[in-house]
Amino acid sequence: MSIFVDDDTRVVVQGITGGEGKFHAEQMIEYGTNVVAGAVPGKGGQEAAGVPVYDTVDAAVEAEDANASVIFVPPAFAADAIFEALDTDLDLAVAITEGIPTQDMAKVNKRLGETDTRLLGPNCPGIITPGEAKLGILPGNIFADGNVGLVSRSGTLTYQVVDNLTERGIGQTTAIGIGGDPIIGTSFIDALEAFEADTETDAVVMCGEIGGEDEEQAARFIGEHMDTPVAGFIAGRTAPPGKRMGHAGAIVSGSGTGTAESKIDALNDAGVPVGDTPEEVADHIESFL
Amino acid sequence: MKLHEYQAKGIFADAGIPVPDSQLAESVEEALDAVDEIGYPAAIKAQVHVGGRGKAGGIKIATDRDEAETYAEEILGMDLKGYTVETVLVESGVDFVDELYVGVTMDRGEGKPVLMVSTEGGVDIEEVAAESPDAIAREHVDPAFGLHPYQARKVVYNAGVDADVAGDVASIVSTLYDLYEANDATEIEVNPVMITSDRDVVAADAVMNIDEDALFRQPKLAELEDEAYEDDLERKAGEYGFDYVRLSGNVGIIGNGAGLVMTTLDLVDYYGGAPANFLDIGGGAKAERVTNALDMVFSDPNVDSVVFNIFGGITRGDEVAKGINEALSGYDELPKPVVVRLAGTNAEEGMEILNTDLLGVEKTLEAAVQRAVENAKEVSA
Repeated sequence: MSIFVDDDTRVVVQGITGGEGKFHAEQMIEYGTNVVAGAVPGKGGQEAAGVPVYDTVDAAVEAEDANASVIFVPPAFAADAIFEALDTDLDLAVAITEGIPTQDMAKVNKRLGETDTRLLGPNCPGIITPGEAKLGILPGNIFADGNVGLVSRSGTLTYQVVDNLTERGIGQTTAIGIGGDPIIGTSFIDALEAFEADTETDAVVMCGEIGGEDEEQAARFIGEHMDTPVAGFIAGRTAPPGKRMGHAGAIVSGSGTGTAESKIDALNDAGVPVGDTPEEVADHIESFL
Repeated sequence: MKLHEYQAKGIFADAGIPVPDSQLAESVEEALDAVDEIGYPAAIKAQVHVGGRGKAGGIKIATDRDEAETYAEEILGMDLKGYTVETVLVESGVDFVDELYVGVTMDRGEGKPVLMVSTEGGVDIEEVAAESPDAIAREHVDPAFGLHPYQARKVVYNAGVDADVAGDVASIVSTLYDLYEANDATEIEVNPVMITSDRDVVAADAVMNIDEDALFRQPKLAELEDEAYEDDLERKAGEYGFDYVRLSGNVGIIGNGAGLVMTTLDLVDYYGGAPANFLDIGGGAKAERVTNALDMVFSDPNVDSVVFNIFGGITRGDEVAKGINEALSGYDELPKPVVVRLAGTNAEEGMEILNTDLLGVEKTLEAAVQRAVENAKEVSA
């Protein structure tokens, strides 16, 4: 079992004729993902990464029966691409693009509440169910099939923790990067809820970072609704207030909200052990299994 | 991107929001010319991107020409939390009887803009929010529809603003929301909105921050950007296109991906060191970016040792290693010890070809950080 993506996921890549889109479409196909089409306005009828390209997502869905999209579209046009995915009633849209204006995402977020489509990202590495499907830019070879779920706001930090797990022979059901922007589609809670319902996920890693209050809310959710054990990691303990640490969403406000300390305390209060190092996170997970 | 007070007030005034008469001055003479025209009392306000300017001595009220001269001399050229004051705004003092707080920002949790109004203006609003959250009235705006006029009225009435000025304040709130939307702001804050003894309403301060990700469609605002960096290193990082934050420690850090770089900083601290910086070189680690990143940390006089942590991901470790070696080809020896850790695809092949004459190499993140912390202790001892 897995969450959100598996063998049956049929993927359309929006922006497949661009450099990033083409490269990662090929990588996804090489991993075994069922990439069935691309969608790029004005490029309908062409072929890219070995799959047919359509002018619209709608046409790609119509012709190839796609049910998920991965979006590699430049920031200025990315919100439009997400709207197109949402309006086509896909099951899942994964927005990799970094740098989408926040006010665009507020409008997307509004529409998201009116559809049944799940949005992952933006500014995320994507999602992988090892051995079945990879939607995004994650390096497939570090993942292994297994029974630990992982949800994270950061790309390379996800890889680090996964590497620590895989090295110990601990595989993953599904790993999800939810994205580093202030406004994102799928939240920690959405992913945790799905892992809790997944019978094959026996433990979950949650990697958070400074900024916002999503980790605190997730901690309350874990305390109240989860039986599956969770181990946490929070990046940014040494981040100074008022400075944006790379991610647009990673900032401790002047008034002291969004600190690592507040998030670690909330997780500990919910019974979630938080590792001081990525290795320690793997230690906690090993002790759960 | 932060706008200066005078820039934000220019935008306010163009939109019809009342602001005090003011002039910009870059020298004491210009400041005196300005006060001669504006009259007394006059506020002399440092134009730097620093919060709490008043408390730090960057805002003074002059009641006569001698005071104006003294304050202009004091403030122009002063160091305000690391920034040198090069410009002051000379502004007509407002005879006020009441101060309000008005703001528009993005509520991340809700994914919606929120209007905020409070009658407890003129003080640190974050303290008000922490101590008496009910003193701030809030109203969320549906980003798809924009602001309904009733919402501006509602938030003003809910805040308990005096009835005789409520209409004028609501009109300011409404205009600020329009400006927030039209300018891709992340935050607009007026603290205080002053109510004069004649019951006029004036925006006495202005904070306006613009979404950097939206500058591509805000060319006029992009031109207003004042590249006032705290120091030369931040300026350099801006030129190189790195995400960079300088801290006060002595272990330089280079890595890829915001979360992993933050984690590396945290580990330096955890193992008893002190991080000197956050530097994210992004994906790929091409030779030129590595060269520039090394230049950044080597030219920081605080740095005694460097840890370089790359998780290759899609970019293969041997490609990254080639980039690092190429960047090192200009050095016979490194000015500061560097420990490299590569992980991910082809990491082992990468580590085998790294130039170990110049570099320390470790297999795990933990070991690399510990070694860099040890190196820093040895160098500084």
